[in-house]
Amino acid sequence: MPDALAPTMTGTLLAIRDLEAWYGESHVLHGVSIDIRPGEVVTLLGRNGAGKTSTLRAIMGLTGRRKGSIVFEGRETIRMSPDAIGRAGIGYCPEERGIFASLDVTENLMLPPRVRDGGLDIPTIHALFPNLKERARSPGTKLSGGEQQMLAIARILRTGAPLLLLDEPTEGLAPVIVQQIGAMIREIKQRGFTVLLVEQNFRFAQTVADRHYVMEHGRVVDAVENSEMAGSLDRLHAYLGV
Amino acid sequence: MLEDFLFQVEMAAPQIVLGLVNGAFYALLSLGLAVIFGMLNVINFAHGAQFMMGAFVAWMLLNWLGIPYWGALILSPLIVGAFGVVLERLMISRLYKLDHLYGLLLTFGLALIIEGVFRNTFGSSGLPYAPPASLTGAPVDLGFMLLPKYRLWVVVAAFVTCIATWLVIEKTRLGAYLRAATENAPLVQAFGVNVPRMITLTYAAGVGLAALAGVLAAPIYSVNPAMGSNFIITVFAVVVIGGMGSILGSVITGFGLGLVEGLTRVVYPEASATVIFVIMAIVLLARPAGLFGRA
Repeated sequence: MPDALAPTMTGTLLAIRDLEAWYGESHVLHGVSIDIRPGEVVTLLGRNGAGKTSTLRAIMGLTGRRKGSIVFEGRETIRMSPDAIGRAGIGYCPEERGIFASLDVTENLMLPPRVRDGGLDIPTIHALFPNLKERARSPGTKLSGGEQQMLAIARILRTGAPLLLLDEPTEGLAPVIVQQIGAMIREIKQRGFTVLLVEQNFRFAQTVADRHYVMEHGRVVDAVENSEMAGSLDRLHAYLGV
Repeated sequence: MLEDFLFQVEMAAPQIVLGLVNGAFYALLSLGLAVIFGMLNVINFAHGAQFMMGAFVAWMLLNWLGIPYWGALILSPLIVGAFGVVLERLMISRLYKLDHLYGLLLTFGLALIIEGVFRNTFGSSGLPYAPPASLTGAPVDLGFMLLPKYRLWVVVAAFVTCIATWLVIEKTRLGAYLRAATENAPLVQAFGVNVPRMITLTYAAGVGLAALAGVLAAPIYSVNPAMGSNFIITVFAVVVIGGMGSILGSVITGFGLGLVEGLTRVVYPEASATVIFVIMAIVLLARPAGLFGRA
């Protein structure tokens, strides 16, 4: 790991140390350490099964047993329940998007309780995502994949949570929608939110992120500044097998 | 011919209205079961015992503390609901990750224990519970029949309770949490909602609905330890026909099957006790998820 990226405790929003996690008997994370500073967009890159999604789920307390340390805004959260972690100010957008079929679009949007001031209000959200206004009364899962992704992100922008965990928001979407999601993530960053993004597509990651962590076999094996991305392509190709 | 038909209708109407009274209990009980199943994935076999407890608590409130019917209508569901909180926290919550069958077996065992305790304490002959003075007296003339005031009250109270429950679930923020948690409880919890507490209170609410039905039933049926098990077998048939976990389905099916039962009593009285089970068999063959259930 390059020295410039060595974790520093000062000014970190989220500091993860030696995080281990299990699903039942299956040991999925073997000591993950990550630091995120306020206002950054940081990606977790890696192949399928490397532990990216499990890392996000472990931060939210949604895996089984967890070990290690996850300090968010100076508070240790490793022993907190998922609802306490959510209320502490971490917004979660899961891989399968988690749009509820029995709730309409507005109900989906309003579902996560506000955890703090500073979230986007509804007019701002409707200005950013006009489709969500047009289709306010449709069942959530009748939206297109791209619209569902927008909804999944919009609803956590509303809550005021300063840290957003986005799990593969571009998965399965058409290139033009992927571009919109990219623009949206840059807009979120502009507004001062901090984002931890799981991605398989490092070309997309390159267009939105400040830094990248590479995961393999449940560990962080490398870290790359976005500015060094071009010079590190061979290394990344080797990790990601692309 | 027409006169013949009118005569038939006149004969049938009282039975149909009485069927509606039974239907009111089917609807209230299957509604509670649906609420519990939707949220906990547990088939609450103790529902009949909790219905019986509701009636007994009303009797105890009146005879031991002098609290009349209207007080019992509120207090009994709260007391039995609190008992539900204890059951859920201590026992049922340990079974959520297992197959439905374990929850069913546990609650069935609980039902037997609760009934046994009440039989040992109060005997099995049944205790009288008079309807409140304001609902006795001259029956209401519906034009084609005289209906005791109390039975009319039961139908209205059950209907209003069902509609109110449905409104809470479909139209409020709390209801949105419940529906969302039914689909994906971990995600709702990660949004900051205390889902375990919500599950406990949902069980308590379902149990409270059973107890409310029990208080409503106390003046009609004698208060006895078996009153729940007499009802609950039919109610499970109603739930199967309506579709497990469907709120509106359980209400419509409850009232509907009460009517069908009443109608059968006119047309072919011998079949009135079995008609619901025949319908259940047909529905299971034709639409295994139930009339309103999602496959």
